[in-house]
This record gives sequence, structure tokens and C-alpha cells, in this order.
Amino acid sequence: MEQLKTIGRELAMGSQGGFGQSKEFLDLVKSIGEARSKAEEDRIVLREIESLKRRIVEPGIPKRKMKEYIIRLVYVEMLGHDASFGYIHAVKMTHDDNLVLKRTGYLAVTLFLNEDHDLIILIVNTIQKDLKSDNYLIVCAALNAVCKLINEETIPAVLPQVVELLGHSKEAVRKKAIMALHRFYHKSPSSVSHLLSNFRKKLCDSDPGVMGATLCPLFDLITNDANSYKDLVVSFVSILKQVAEHRLPKAYDYHQLPAPFIQIRLLKILALLGSGDKQASEHMYTVVGDIFRKCDSSSNIGNAVLYECICCVSSIHLNPKLLEAAADVIARFLKSDSHNLKYMGIDALGRLIKLSPEIAEQHQLAVIDCLEDPDDTLKRKTFELLYKMTKSSNVEVIVDRMIDYMISINDNHYKTEIASRCVELAEQFAPSNHWFIQTMNKVFEHAGDLVNIKVAHNLMRLIAEGFGEDDDTADSQLRSSAVESYLHIIGEPKLPSVFLQVICWVLGEYGTADGKFSASYITGKLCDVAESYSSDETVKGYAVTALMKIYAFEIAAGRKLDILPECQSLIEELSASHSTDLQQRAYELQAVIGLDVRAIGSIMPSDASCEDIEVDKSLSFLNGYVEKSLEKGAQPYIPENERFGMVNISNFRNQDQLEVTSHGLRFEAYELPKPSVQSRTPPISVASSTELVPVPEPSYYRETPQTAPVPSSSDTGPSGLKLRLDGVQKKWGRPTYSSSSASTSNSSSLKVVNGATQVDGVSSGNSKTHETSYDSRRPQVEISEEKQKLAASLFGGSSKTERRSSTGHKVAKASSHASEKLHTSKSTTIYSTDNAVEKPNLVQPPPDLLDLGEPIVASSAPSVDPFRQLEGLLDSAQDPGTFGGTKAPDFMALYAETPAGGRSAGVAPPLSLNRDGDNLIPGLSNASSNTVHGGTTVTNPSQISKGPNVKEALEKDALVRQMGVTPSGQNPNLFKDLFG
Amino acid sequence: MIKAVLVINTQGKPRLTKFYGFLTVEKQQELIRSVFGVLCSRAEKVSNFMEVDSIFGPDSRLVYKHYATLYFIFVFDSSENELAMLDLIQVNPPAFQCFVETLDKCFRNVCELDIVFNYNKLHSILDEIISGGQVLETSSTEIMRAVEEISKSESASNSISIVPKTVSGWRSR
Repeated sequence: MEQLKTIGRELAMGSQGGFGQSKEFLDLVKSIGEARSKAEEDRIVLREIESLKRRIVEPGIPKRKMKEYIIRLVYVEMLGHDASFGYIHAVKMTHDDNLVLKRTGYLAVTLFLNEDHDLIILIVNTIQKDLKSDNYLIVCAALNAVCKLINEETIPAVLPQVVELLGHSKEAVRKKAIMALHRFYHKSPSSVSHLLSNFRKKLCDSDPGVMGATLCPLFDLITNDANSYKDLVVSFVSILKQVAEHRLPKAYDYHQLPAPFIQIRLLKILALLGSGDKQASEHMYTVVGDIFRKCDSSSNIGNAVLYECICCVSSIHLNPKLLEAAADVIARFLKSDSHNLKYMGIDALGRLIKLSPEIAEQHQLAVIDCLEDPDDTLKRKTFELLYKMTKSSNVEVIVDRMIDYMISINDNHYKTEIASRCVELAEQFAPSNHWFIQTMNKVFEHAGDLVNIKVAHNLMRLIAEGFGEDDDTADSQLRSSAVESYLHIIGEPKLPSVFLQVICWVLGEYGTADGKFSASYITGKLCDVAESYSSDETVKGYAVTALMKIYAFEIAAGRKLDILPECQSLIEELSASHSTDLQQRAYELQAVIGLDVRAIGSIMPSDASCEDIEVDKSLSFLNGYVEKSLEKGAQPYIPENERFGMVNISNFRNQDQLEVTSHGLRFEAYELPKPSVQSRTPPISVASSTELVPVPEPSYYRETPQTAPVPSSSDTGPSGLKLRLDGVQKKWGRPTYSSSSASTSNSSSLKVVNGATQVDGVSSGNSKTHETSYDSRRPQVEISEEKQKLAASLFGGSSKTERRSSTGHKVAKASSHASEKLHTSKSTTIYSTDNAVEKPNLVQPPPDLLDLGEPIVASSAPSVDPFRQLEGLLDSAQDPGTFGGTKAPDFMALYAETPAGGRSAGVAPPLSLNRDGDNLIPGLSNASSNTVHGGTTVTNPSQISKGPNVKEALEKDALVRQMGVTPSGQNPNLFKDLFG
Repeated sequence: MIKAVLVINTQGKPRLTKFYGFLTVEKQQELIRSVFGVLCSRAEKVSNFMEVDSIFGPDSRLVYKHYATLYFIFVFDSSENELAMLDLIQVNPPAFQCFVETLDKCFRNVCELDIVFNYNKLHSILDEIISGGQVLETSSTEIMRAVEEISKSESASNSISIVPKTVSGWRSR
């Protein structure tokens, strides 16, 4: 055996005969290969590094030896050790005239260096020289290096030469030059924008390889902007046709298929170009049909082409014949034994299901097989498919399956994803309140720490607002079932923090609402939570606030307050807590307990967590002050858009704006400092910061929402519609908090949000039918039929039931607030006479909610009347005929112009004083909507015109958000000015 | 676009790595380790595809092929086709199969040694196929011609022969 091994090794050596590697290197590789442990390997490599360090600097090393050293360096670095001491030698080697050494040098530098490395500057010159070389191999090597090593700054240095090489006589050079240009386009689109026509030209290159290479950059360009390339549809189709008809040289055949990789690329491009374009699609039908017919499905690559055809068919304008062909191929894929093909089949099915849901029904059993397959990849893909085909009739089965799977896996990344999908589906399709609560409980229990905090906020809001029906009984049922299940769960050990927050909030808000549980029982439970999770301050904060609410409700109801001794000691302990937030809460609790019934009734009215609060968003009450200041010679307010680019080093400008302007380098000279008089601070632009705001007494706001509205004193403007001011704010100054605070607490906009993004549960009538129909289909015990049952419950009504559009609910929701709306519109008309800044609220549902091509509801709710706007939009979404009269089309158009696609913009009263100070309700559907208000402010009403301003505000909004500025929204000075 | 091409042996040691975006050495090692961790936990006879968002960031897929003691891995994003990538591993016969399949028949370690020894040759083959993360050339004859020309001119310019005799063998494949 030993002998055989030696022979084998010699054989191997033979294959690199005269290779130039020394015995040393061979021994190194061998010893590393035979190393038993990582430690041993490290030792060997370190020894090697030491010897290389020593020898590489020796004078007069033969070049051949040097080359080996460089390769050994590469090897060492591949094993994860630092070889930076040798980089300079690799750079030196690129200067060598010898081709072999030069190539080795280039290879090493492309592996060692990144484009911003200091040594690059030493190579650029060599590259420039080599690009002009007569030897095309040197040119190729240089082009390879260009792809990796040239950055935005050095592009101009080589660009002219690369462009010149597009016309080189060797096709290998042309190919690489195209790739280099493509790479430049990736790194800095502007630097090559004038050269993009070259790609079109090269499409007609005589060499198929060059043509194929051109497809890569074209694909990218078309992905970004399909419309400018519609004229190429015919060319692409004819190329594809020629390729499919074996017109290319035989060398491009692979498994008897003509240039499959080129076909795939072309199909991808056609899919992009034909998407939503009937005319373009019609050109493609014949050739795609041909490929479907011709393609041999026995080889991997043939199937790859077929799969690409399916993708193309699903993307271009619908053609029934092609759809049929695609369905056939999918059937073949799914029936195949190969997991790879099944995977592709499931993926393809997910694409086609949007177009024709019936296809899935034919393959139900295959899909279920995949779901139970031991292969994780396949399983996940299948869950993705199920997610796409979920509707109210099968949501229970699917979500149950998902949760089971979620529990079974350890991969946190995927767990998070699947948990958020569960939540989304449950929110969207929940057949009953009870089921919804149970599902959410399970998700939180098993993945609570992984889901976005927003999900918890959503859940709380849902419980607070109900499912949007008008009857209160359903809502209170929902709440009591939530309370009951939480009391049940609360005893379990180690619940995730997020879940505990939800529990505490719900128990505080609704624990005693239905009278089933006594206050002392619930407060006892809350105390237990606070004690057993004593390291978690957020949970403790929630618990204390919940206690306060329960006591307040007790007092308001006229019952005698019975504070458990453990609660008493908890409160005392917390009033001496290190956390100021907890202390604050504890003191507030004690203060509230001491108040009389009437006072408590107005501070803490029961079930008022989702009431609207009026806010004078134009800050008209400040007018007097502003005028006075103006008389005294203060500078008038300049809207943000007009002072953009103005350098202002006085404290006139607040921190956030400074941040905006100070991004990037400024090249123009600074202005001279202004006389100090000018920098007198007008009231609205007081420097804001993330510092603490004095927490106001809750009672103060509760009682005077209309008479003394509190200004939303954000730096960028009072663009929020209304504030929720009835509570104590918590945890000032934490970064996580400020972002959510910015997007919350505006109850009127909240409604808008609710209407548009929140997909509520099924309406009561609906849910009943679903429940009953589901019951009859529930999987039964017989094992043989189990699968079929599952299939039935998954696919059962797929063709009958449409995916429930959320719009119906929104209308219901909007109209259910009709009375409030009247109210709002009245008060807002007053504001609009003040020429209030129009601040659009763009709310878009997360895109995947609407993946069945429902009309996208972009509701933009300016200050005037969010509900009317919303209604207009919803009407238009439902019935395009009723557009007239509402502003909906305008807003849709505006929306389309907003770069910040799915993000929701601009709700955001900066101060979020929530009812209980917990800031429970995330304003918008998107966590990242760190809503920055681009709106301008009050002092100069003449600057503000309604029409364009919306757009401006939008643009600015997007801009500011791009800059990553999050309004902190707290403004202590203003508070001091106003109240102190 | 292709994000990385990796060859790792079944003990998790990298044999050839090429990342098409710059990553620090530590990050590369970390990625290699996590990829290996995922791969070796996979059963046989499952699909060759994986979604590896958790390792390589959003929109990352991976195709691997297991030859004897080596994993050949391509990491790429949704602009590529999985099956085609799988075949790209096989288009590489010059690079991989030639060594893997022929030499592997004799001895397990040989192919690995060989891959290491022919390091720069492998890279130049890979550079012919993939450039800047894009598939450049897929005709294996074309690739071979290019590689051969390199080796010819190299041996002309220098007595060192980088590409061994087997090149001619590849051509006839």
C-alpha cells in the first residue's frame, strides 16, 4: 500500500514535471495536508512564514525562486495567515518583463490587494504600460488585474486604453476589455456613462464569445433601465434564434446543446425586456416556444435552459400556450428524482402560481413530498412557495407547518425569516381572533428574541384596535382571549423579552377590563414578571406602567385599592433604581395612586390607547411670539429648501441639519461669520438634540389636547399631524427608542397606517365561512390519507378563493372612523387657513403583501384630511372609475416619483408621548422609517405653496433619509421656553 | 454575479479560493469555515443548492459539487441560474475534473496536492472563465485554447513550463 502511494505521488509529480516547484514546497504542502490539528497546521505555516520572511529579502534571489516564494505566499494567505510582508515583492514582480513572472505577479496582487490598498498606486503605472503591450497575453493579464484593482479614482487612468482595446484584433482581449468596462460601470456608473453605447456595438462582434460577454453588462444595464433598450428586443430574439438553431461554432456546444450559457443569459434579458410589455413579448413567443420544444431535458444544462424559459414566460406578457409548455416542464421537474430538479420545479412553480393558481393544484402531492423531504434547501424553497400561495382557506395549515419547522431549526437567520413570515400571514389571513392570538403566542415563545420589535408593537396595536370591525364585542373578546392566554403563558420560564413586553402591556391595559380577573391577581403576576426578569429593564418598565394602569382603573372604578405587599416593595425598590426611567415610572405610579377619582379618570381613561388627539401642527399659538421676535429684529424663518447649501456656522442651524450639510467634503470657501445679532435664535430652530426632555405630567396633556396643543418641535419642522400626548415618555435618549418614537404616536396617521398597511383579520362574516369550510377539511387520523388531506387543505380552494385583498377592510376601517373624520376635517380646515405645511404621509404596504398584483395603495395623507385622502385612494384602488374629485391620482404619481420605494415616509411627530409612555405603537409598517420630516416650518407661510411642496417635501424626505439622519425629536429648550 | 469560487477539501482546508469582492483574510477564513460547516452537515443525495444568506449576505446562493475529497463551490446571486452554475463546475474539466477524476482514481491526496501545485495555472483557467464575477467564456475548447496559448508563450519566453503535458489531453476531451 505504502508503495502504491509513493507511486501515486510520483505520478502526481510527473504531471507537473519541470514545474519549478522545489522539494521544500512539496514538503510543506504535504505536511499541511497531513497535519492532524489546526494547531499543528498553524505551527507549520508560521515556520514557513518565518523562513519566507528571511529569504525573500536576501539579495540576488533567482527570479525563478522568487516566483515560487510568491506562490508560497499566496498559499500561506489562503490558509488564513498574514502574508502582507511579501505584498511589495508581488508588486515588484508585476514590473518584470518575463511573461511568466509578470502573470504570477498579477495573480498574486489580485489575490492580495484590494482596490484601496496603498500599493495600488505602484501598479497603475505598470498596468498602463502593459495595456499597450504587443503581446496580447500581457494585455490580458493586465486586464484581469484591472477588473480587480482599479477603483473609482484610478478609472480615468486606464479608461482610454481599455476603450481602445475594445477594438483589439484578438477576441480574448476584446472580451476582457468589455468585462473591465463592465466592472468600471459597477464601481462608478458615471465614469463610463458616455461609453455605454460600446456595449450595444459589441453585441454585433464577429466572435460569439465576445457577444456572449457583452450580454453580462447589457443584462445589468437593462435591469436598471429596461425602457432604453426596448429597441434591442428584436436583435436579442434573433441572436437567440440563431443560437438555438446551432448557428454558432461547434466549440460552443455543451452536452450537444448550442451555447446554453448564452441562451440562459439571453432569456434572462428577454424576461426583463418583456416584463409588462405586450408588444415586446410578442416578438419572443416563437423563439421561447421553440426552445421549449427543442431543449433536451436529459442533461443538467438543458434543464437550466428550460428553467430559464419558465422564468421568462412568467415575466413577459402572458401567453397561454407558453404557459402550458412551462407547466409541462414544471411537472417533469417535480416528478424527477433529482433534488436539484425538484428545487428548480418548486421555484418555477412559485413564479407561475401568480399567473395561474391552478397549476399548483396538479402538483399538490409533489409539493407535500418536498415539504417532508430531508433536504433543507428543498424544504425552505417549498415553504417559500407555500408562503406565496397562502390564502384564508389554508392559512392555518401553512402557518402551523411553518411554526413546527421554525421550532425544529437552529439557524437563527432563517428562524427570523420564517417567524416574520408567520406573523405576516397570520395578520393577513387570520380566520379567528383566537387562532391569531395563539399563533402569535407560539411565534413569540419560540422566536421572540429574533423577531423585529415592530411585530410586537403591531400585535399590541391590533389588540388595542381590534380587527377593524365596528362591533366592540369582537374586540373585547379578542382582548379577553389575549389576556387569558397571557396569564396562562406568563408562568413559563425564560420567555423572550419582547413577548413579555407585549404581555405586560396587554395585561395592564385590558387585564381587568372584562372583570374576569381581579386586580390583585394580575398585579401579582406582573410583579412576578418584574422580579423574575429583574435584569431586563425594559420589561420592568412595562410591568410598572402596567401596574399603574391597573391601579388607576381600579380607582376610577371606585374600588378600594389593594396594593399587594410585593407590589409595594417592588415600587419602593424601583424608586431607588439606577435607571432613571424606572425611577420615573415608580414615582409616577405613586403619584397616580394618590389622586382622586376624577383626576384619575382624566389621566388614565380606560381603553383609550387608540384615541385621537388633536394637535395644532402649524404651531399657530406661537405666532405671537414669532411676531414679537421679528419686530425685535430676529431673522425670519427660511425654509429648509432655500437655505440648503448655505453655510451657517452659527447656532442658527441645529445639529441634524449640520449633519446633513457636513456630509462629504466641501470644496468652496466658507462664508465669513455673520454678525452675532443675526444668530439670535428664533423659537422654532432651537438646537435640538438627543438630550432628555423633561417628562411632563401626564395629566397635563390628557386634559388639554385641544386648547394647548404641544408643538411638535422637531428641528426640521412640525410636520407630524398630531401628537399623542397622553403619557409619560420612556427611556429618553436611547437610540433605539428615538427612531421608533419618531414614527409613532400619531393617532390620526396611525389610522391611515392601519388602513393602508395593516391587513386586518378577516371580517366576521368571512371568517365564519372559512372556519366551517376548514373544519370539514381538517386532516384526519388515517395515515394513508393524511397526505391527501393535507393537500386538500393546502390547495383545496385555491382556484375559488381569491387572495383576500386588504382594501375592503381599509374602506371599512376608514368609514368606521367617519365620525372622527368629520371632526378632524373641521379642525384641519382651520389649520389649512394658516397655510400649514403640507406633509404627505406615504404609506405603502410591504411589497410582498401585495404580490398578487393588487393595486398598490399608496395613501398619502397630508395634514388636511388624512381620512378623506385615504378614502379617495381606496376608492380608486377598488374602482378606478371613481378617481375624480379626490386627489388620489396626484398622489399616486407623486408616490411613483419617490425614490424611497416601499418605505413609508413622513408621519412622525417627534415627541411621542404615549398613553402609558411605552410608545407601543410603531407608526408605520416599516421599521426603518426613521421618518425624517422634510417639511418646512411655520414662520414664513408665504414660502409654502401647497402643490409642489408635497413633492419637495418628499424629495427632501428621501434625501435626508439617505443621509441617514434620524430626527431625535426631543427638544428640551423649546420645552423650557414654553413651559418652564 | 459570482461572488466566490472555493475549493475546500473534506477536512475543511481550503485548496483554492477566489473571492470576487475584496474581503479581509480573516473574513475569508470565516466564510470558508461557515461554508464548510454547512456543507459537511448535508446529507448525501440531496440537492446541490443552498441559500446562504446567513453567510454571504442577502441574495446569496451556493452550488457545490462533491468530488472525492474535495468540494467545489460557487457562490453567486440571483442573477445566475443554479443549474447552469452546477454545470459550470463541470465545464471546468480542465481545471478540476482532469485532476480530480484522473488522479483521484489512484490516490486520494494526490489531487489535492496537485491542485495546490498548479495553483497559478488553476487561477489562470478560472480567470478565463470568470472575470470580475461574470461568466466570460463557457466554451471549454475556447478556454483550453487560451490556456494553452498562455502556456506555450510562457514556455517560449522562459524555460519554465507551467502547464503540464496534460493540456493536450484536455483538448481532446
